[in-house]
Amino acid sequence: MPYEAPDFMDVDGLLTDDERVVRDTVRSFVEERVMPDIGKHFEEGTFPHNLIPEMGEMGLLGASLEGYGCAGMNETTYGVICRELERGDSGVRSFVSVQGSLVMYPIHTFGSEEQKQRWLPKLAAGKAVGCFGLTEPDFGSDPGGMITNAKPTADGWVLNGAKMWITNGTIADVAVVWAKTPEGIRGFLVEKGTKGYTTRDTERKWSLRASHTSELYFDDCHVSKDAILPGSTGLVSALMCLNSARYGIAWGAIGAAQACYDEALRYAKTRIIYKKPMGRFQLVQQKLVEMLTGITNGQLLAWRLGNLKDTGKSHFTHVSMAKRNNVKMALECARTTRDMLGASGITHEYVSGRHMANLESVITYEGTHDIHALIVGMHVTGLNALGND
Amino acid sequence: MHIAVLMKRVPETTARVRPAAGGRSVEVQGGETIISTYDEIALERAIQLREAGVATKLTVVCLGAAEATKEVRKALAMGADEGLLLVDAEPFRDPASAAEVLAGAVKDLGAQLVICGWKALDDDSAVVGGCVAARLGWAYASFATKLDVAGGTATVHREMEGATEVLAVALPAVITVQKGLAEPRFASLKGIMAAKKKPLVEKPAPAASNASALDAYLPPPDRPPGRIVGEGVAAVAELVRVLKEEVHAL
Repeated sequence: MPYEAPDFMDVDGLLTDDERVVRDTVRSFVEERVMPDIGKHFEEGTFPHNLIPEMGEMGLLGASLEGYGCAGMNETTYGVICRELERGDSGVRSFVSVQGSLVMYPIHTFGSEEQKQRWLPKLAAGKAVGCFGLTEPDFGSDPGGMITNAKPTADGWVLNGAKMWITNGTIADVAVVWAKTPEGIRGFLVEKGTKGYTTRDTERKWSLRASHTSELYFDDCHVSKDAILPGSTGLVSALMCLNSARYGIAWGAIGAAQACYDEALRYAKTRIIYKKPMGRFQLVQQKLVEMLTGITNGQLLAWRLGNLKDTGKSHFTHVSMAKRNNVKMALECARTTRDMLGASGITHEYVSGRHMANLESVITYEGTHDIHALIVGMHVTGLNALGND
Repeated sequence: MHIAVLMKRVPETTARVRPAAGGRSVEVQGGETIISTYDEIALERAIQLREAGVATKLTVVCLGAAEATKEVRKALAMGADEGLLLVDAEPFRDPASAAEVLAGAVKDLGAQLVICGWKALDDDSAVVGGCVAARLGWAYASFATKLDVAGGTATVHREMEGATEVLAVALPAVITVQKGLAEPRFASLKGIMAAKKKPLVEKPAPAASNASALDAYLPPPDRPPGRIVGEGVAAVAELVRVLKEEVHAL
């Protein structure tokens, strides 16, 4: 049975024609190109590499950036793309988030003209892949404590340190690496094959299995003077990238939730229990209504946030609230659906188990659920509970 | 050569359709609207002919609700040059009057080739293309599974039982297309951005009288209740008998 996206209050009616054309196009792409193989990729722990040039050709990579072969769409459209992709799998959406928000965005915003010309057209077309190295084995929620450093030399920089939990690390042609310099934290572009730069995939994951999660190592890694992102001014530059990615996740999570709800509703209507469709039971109806209400709330939150971003009125705390709310909501939908499906829910025949496992990563990465509470909490109280004051 | 593609906005096949209260209209629940699948195939082939330089201009013509701008925008994003949306105020439009409106639009555009789906997904009338050809007095070929155009002639393949019929159709002509003729592309985001600058003309559909009037939409008959013919292996013989003698399914 084809997917039917739940949209109880016609929230998509708030989208423009163009935004809905993008939605329909990406939805068809996911149906035809992602869904047939994604379960197999998840089981085997592989990423569907064939999708990279296809997504590039469609303009899904760095979609909200202007020029350099990028589509130049608005932020709402970028959100819609993330939602439809994550309906398929969080790993596929993660690829697009990293490529667009964490690699192309910093090059576009902080890069030199030469860096932009060299990388953006290839990254937009899916002919090159990027990754973003900020998190370290001992520094996740507190990135400012990073150990990775870059020391100036006569003709460039020498990098030492390690990064962990880096999506696309082993397949990346270029890494945006954040390192401490004598003048603070700065961003560097490190190309695959640079001496002293090695990568390794983190194996044995039970979440985001259709995605490369890697470790990056810098062992006296020499890069030239022009490897630094000239416009990067400190940790705040890295956080601006995360803010863009988190925005996409706030939308993406809705897609995962919608996929689970669609599965739960279908199952409730067709599964016979005590000689009645399961959906005839009050507890089942309550679960469905809780899910649908959560999805509708999440849709409205994401749409409003997109609108604020498109009119230049959004604040990073808005993004924190939306990412936090929507990912938790999606994880609850996935867990509820898994539960409603009974034993069937643990098999790969259904999508909710895969989404549930994926969302355990999504609720942790790009600012954990708790950290986002503290970001919003600090804003509303004026008091810093993050421990870095 | 100027190609006009006729396209209809229809509910997705996942939508549930039923008579609305009063029986004078239908309610559509769930699902989005789409370009009718066969029309989208026609559009894809027209875009290919445009890209190959066989056509110099490609206009999509849609008769339908004001909301059909989404579908026309998609067609422009895929590669059509111009869009014409004839906003229909009629609550009911029969195929003959739809053809009258569309033929008038094609004439005004000055197109030499019309391509469209052999039927629309919603009403299955499957005659609009033929009626447009009749209205215009043009040549007509239906159910094309292959379409090429060169030197004022369209070469059309039609699948028949045991053979493929190959027709040479002199332009101007109307060709309706069948599945398999082309695989519609995904619109690219750049195409969607470029489409913003392409002309999309919206105007009220001119008056055309229906040849038939709508009486009512009736709900489908209730399905007869199921019957349990027995239990376990013992029921097999009876089940086979019922399937053979009562239902004639075997």
